Amino acid sequence: MDGIATGSIYAAVALALVLIFRSTGIVNFAQGEMAMFSTFVAWALYEAGVPLGLAVLSTLVLSFVAGMAIERALIRHFEGGEPLTLVIVTLGMFILLNGLAGWIWGFENRGFPSLFSDDAVTVGGVRLSVESLGIVAVLLAVVGLLFLLFQRTKIGLAMRAAALNPESSALLGVRVGTMLMLGWGLAAALGALAGVLVAPRLFLDVNLMGSVLIYAFAAAALGGFDSALGAVVGGWVIGVSENLAGTYVDFIGADLKILVPLGIIFVVLLVRPAGLFGTREVARA
Amino acid sequence: MTRPRVRIAVICALAALAVAIPFMFGPYRVGQFTLVLVYAVVALGLNLLVGYNGQISLGHGAFFALGAYSAALLIEKADVPHLLAVPAAGAVCFAAGYLFGIPALRLRGLYLALVTLGLAIAFPQLIKRFDGLTEGTQGLTVIQPVAPSWLGLADDQFLYLLVLAFAALMFLGAWNLVRGQLGRAVTAVRDAEIPAATLGVDLGATKTRVFAVSAAYAGVAGALYVFAIGFVAPEAFTLTLSFGFLAAIVVGGLATISGAIFGALFIEFVPVYASDVNDALTGVIYGGVLIAFMWFLPEGAAGLFQRVRGLMDRHRDRRAWASEEKDLTPEGGAA
Repeated sequence: MDGIATGSIYAAVALALVLIFRSTGIVNFAQGEMAMFSTFVAWALYEAGVPLGLAVLSTLVLSFVAGMAIERALIRHFEGGEPLTLVIVTLGMFILLNGLAGWIWGFENRGFPSLFSDDAVTVGGVRLSVESLGIVAVLLAVVGLLFLLFQRTKIGLAMRAAALNPESSALLGVRVGTMLMLGWGLAAALGALAGVLVAPRLFLDVNLMGSVLIYAFAAAALGGFDSALGAVVGGWVIGVSENLAGTYVDFIGADLKILVPLGIIFVVLLVRPAGLFGTREVARA
Repeated sequence: MTRPRVRIAVICALAALAVAIPFMFGPYRVGQFTLVLVYAVVALGLNLLVGYNGQISLGHGAFFALGAYSAALLIEKADVPHLLAVPAAGAVCFAAGYLFGIPALRLRGLYLALVTLGLAIAFPQLIKRFDGLTEGTQGLTVIQPVAPSWLGLADDQFLYLLVLAFAALMFLGAWNLVRGQLGRAVTAVRDAEIPAATLGVDLGATKTRVFAVSAAYAGVAGALYVFAIGFVAPEAFTLTLSFGFLAAIVVGGLATISGAIFGALFIEFVPVYASDVNDALTGVIYGGVLIAFMWFLPEGAAGLFQRVRGLMDRHRDRRAWASEEKDLTPEGGAA
């Protein structure tokens, strides 16, 4: 269950990656650092005396706006360019945000309060912490909301159209630019949520999301970079296997846990590059 | 003077400057310039891969570390002479790069970036895990090369010149490679895979070879790093280092040979001065510079010089033209 809870956090970040990949074809290396930055904002608000719930909520809103602003001000300039350029730009954002957070909040560890109580409940003879259950519930709620947004609302339809075929959508009156901004905003808010959920389990510092990002990449690769369902399933598989491998395989232990997602990325990309739920990329020469 | 002569003159002047450096500065500065040369060799190799071949590696810190540890272990545990340890480290990394490259290079752009990023993160952990061999976090102290007494040089000067000699060899090698058959195949693969394949370029083999050569450059640089520092520990090979190498080639200029030097100067000296202000400033500058260069100057510092030179040439052409045919507008020069 602990693995599923951690996996849900990976799944949230993986979902954010998928959102951006689907709308703009960019793998956003800065996703983790954006989330870390947001988490620091929530922490700063909380320290300033804002109640935790309100602090988290306003952070989500702020992150949403900031994500839209990043897309409009920075990413728009490079869209449709070489993958190399985009990788370098998002990596630049990665390093920049990491540095900025270090500058503003320093490099020491900080405790971050959990949104959930630290009680445990017993279900069918198994003790489950309220926190783990809460994390899984939040993830499921988010997935449900995203599903409703994309499948049942006009905005969701427009976002899917803009991602699928920007030119035709623009001709049909879809504001493609706005849709891309929305995609980035949603991803940033989702990342912030993941950050707030993971911070109480680790410590809040500038490297909070470093390893989470790798696990999320593994989750997205496993599930398929363009599949939301895949991201969730992938996140869970990664979370559980990381836990099991770290505990039961002596050689791996706590130090080499990081090799688990790497191995998974490697194997998946070689055996089934589209991932479990992804669509195969077909190129026309 | 004609263009090739100017170029030869500039190269000779730079070479003279490079040789003169150890006699112009104190030991501390000379040590810094030695590291600049080391980083330049990595940047050169990385640029062969990223700039010329269009593949992305965020994991060159790992090959750099592998080279450094290979050299350190050979020197300390197997009593291999220093000079032999350098090609040996290069060979180890060539083999590692080749093996890593065979599966990895089936992956396109973004995925390769992912896998190599993972490599950079995992490698220090691996070093710590095999602490029986690598002494783990304690690190390994390695005897540095000592200046032979008949040369009459101080150790730091000798070290610098030794590294300079290796770096010069590596630069010559890269220059040759880029202009040769493999070099043309490499850029062809970057610019147009399918036409290149149609013309008989083996895509997989070309990519794997470039990856291996690029890793070998990082390995040689790793060995030279051990010469310069005399110590290796896993903490030296952080993710920041790998990102720094990438920043170096972006700043220096993608797909240029001379850019490696600008880039190396940048990543050696910026952190030194930035950390005086704030520990986080280096990251802010690296990140900001990466974005700013991609936005304003995607061809990097070396490209800037080329651009300026092009403008000057054009200006000269225009004046020559204008004096010959006064009634023609000199549009042709603007292409």
